[in-house]
Amino acid sequence: MSYNFAYLDEQTKRMIRRAILKGVAIPGYQVPFASREMPMPYGWGTGGVQVSAACLTPDDVFKVIDQGADDTTNAVSIRRFFEKTAGVAVTEKTAEATVIQTRHRIPETPLCADQILVYQVPIPEPLRFLEPRETETRKMHGLEEYGLMHVKLYEDIARHGEIATAYAYPVKVEDRYVMDPSPIPKFDNPKLESPALQLFGAGREQRIYALPPFTKVASLDFEDYPFDPSKAAHPCALCGAEDSYLDEVIVDDAGGRMFVCSDTDYCASRRDTGEAA
Amino acid sequence: MYVAVKGGERAIDAAHEWLADERRGATDVAELSIPQIREQLRLAVNRVMAEGSLYDPDLAALAIKQARGDMIEAIFLIRAYRTTLPRFGVSAPIDTGAMRCDRRISATFKDLPGGQILGPTFDYTHRLLDFALMAEEGAGATPAVAEAAGAARAAGGAEATALPHVAEYLDREGLLQPEPEDNTPPRDLTREPLDFPADRPLKLQALARGDEGFVLSMAYSTQRGYARNHPFVGELRIGRVAVSMDIPELGFAIDLGEITVSECETVNQFTGSKTEPPKFTRGYGLVFGQSERKAISMALVDRALRWEELGEDDVGAPAQDAEFVLSHSDNVQATGFLEHIKLPHYVDFQSELELIRRLRAEAMMASTGPQEAAE
Repeated sequence: MSYNFAYLDEQTKRMIRRAILKGVAIPGYQVPFASREMPMPYGWGTGGVQVSAACLTPDDVFKVIDQGADDTTNAVSIRRFFEKTAGVAVTEKTAEATVIQTRHRIPETPLCADQILVYQVPIPEPLRFLEPRETETRKMHGLEEYGLMHVKLYEDIARHGEIATAYAYPVKVEDRYVMDPSPIPKFDNPKLESPALQLFGAGREQRIYALPPFTKVASLDFEDYPFDPSKAAHPCALCGAEDSYLDEVIVDDAGGRMFVCSDTDYCASRRDTGEAA
Repeated sequence: MYVAVKGGERAIDAAHEWLADERRGATDVAELSIPQIREQLRLAVNRVMAEGSLYDPDLAALAIKQARGDMIEAIFLIRAYRTTLPRFGVSAPIDTGAMRCDRRISATFKDLPGGQILGPTFDYTHRLLDFALMAEEGAGATPAVAEAAGAARAAGGAEATALPHVAEYLDREGLLQPEPEDNTPPRDLTREPLDFPADRPLKLQALARGDEGFVLSMAYSTQRGYARNHPFVGELRIGRVAVSMDIPELGFAIDLGEITVSECETVNQFTGSKTEPPKFTRGYGLVFGQSERKAISMALVDRALRWEELGEDDVGAPAQDAEFVLSHSDNVQATGFLEHIKLPHYVDFQSELELIRRLRAEAMMASTGPQEAAE
């Protein structure tokens, strides 16, 4: 049995593209879409996979990362899925890819205008853990009623002395919608303002949203407690990069650890070009 | 020396091979055939068809075999297959009044036209292990047993003619809340995003494909007082109904085939309101195959979800909360999201780790002075 190009039938892709276009037209707004059951489980990137399927053309070069790495098992699985169902070329090089599907990271190499970054999103609603009801949160977005979020951030500061959100740090898009950037570390938040088109797909929650190129994206903060995209205060132990997000790796029984780039392509290319310290 | 975690592709291939080997089990035991599963594990097949929302006993049996008996995995396989199927039309509503019943019982009337038909039920079996079934072959399949079953089938449901719905008798007396007639085509949960407020057809759709365990527990919670609605099984019927479809080119409807369904209609107490005298109300459940636990559960939850429509109080019970019930009833969604926490979360965990270390360092600095906090 053979499947259509990129698995989904054309009608379904069209439905998804319409949702994407609506998302692009209203940056940061969560567009409901009739998410399909995919042959991988919900929560494993079905939203991203559907968005990628709707965007891919036979000429595209596809890259998949999970936690910044191309060789994590689920990234391998998704890349294989599209190699098999779309026959597209794949790459691990950020600069060579035209469509990049990601989970939890934005590549370190700056993206450019002819690239699409597709995010896998588990819970698209930034207000969900403040208000569990979808009927309520949609109303709050409609009325631009974000007081609850500001109170939460304020309470963080009152309790911990800083905003205690380290990933999935909420942003405000074009001064209108508060948006969940997916569980990327807040270190990546400044990269959300990009020349590339960024699309967010939440399969189980049936939502698509988008950041068109050069959209204004502000991480929520207070004047006296400005946003701080912190990271581990180390250079990468392999390539020496000071500017990349680092994974902490336990290397021996005594709990010895080292810090290495989470973006494997960035790290490898720095080492290849001899930039390693 | 740290070696980057490589080899994901090889690990996946090896895992798949191992899985295939485990699925087959010991090779000195004969392999299960699809007809064996279809015929002898029929209730499992029914559940996969019901929650997979696809009526195909052979494919459901295949899914059970491939999933090694993991029901939710089998349901998932069927769903993922179903979503690729083209839709070439919509059948006419099935007529359960014309059902050829294998089983039909009412808990509200001792006897009624058509009678009570017990059918193939576990209800009055003693749950004692039947060690005779452990014998390799032949158990239960003696000619005498087969003959007796055949006679029961002939005397009971199989050849029985259409039986009236029990509810009709109450309806005639005006004791039952009338159901509004509505011929709007129902929304399709599998083709449109779930949207609230959900109307009753959408709720019933979600319940019909919802996880049996979840729907059962929700129903049970209403029986234990969380939005109690005093249900009686007005009627439970299981049997075969024809599926027909209007063919525009022909200008008339033709029967496409027959499916087995379980239908449950509950009769529930209703105290009436200031404007209305007391009446009975109903809950409704309809499920593919013989799945009566699910059908009854569905009817109870359906009834609990109707509180608003019937002017009852919201007592804050989970089973009354349509958004809660509908958002969490789907086991394929639930399983996927639950199990995704097995996937790597190094990046988010790392950011939390740094945050916690920083907060602790600051807290120690504040409480014990800078020397100790500096480690």
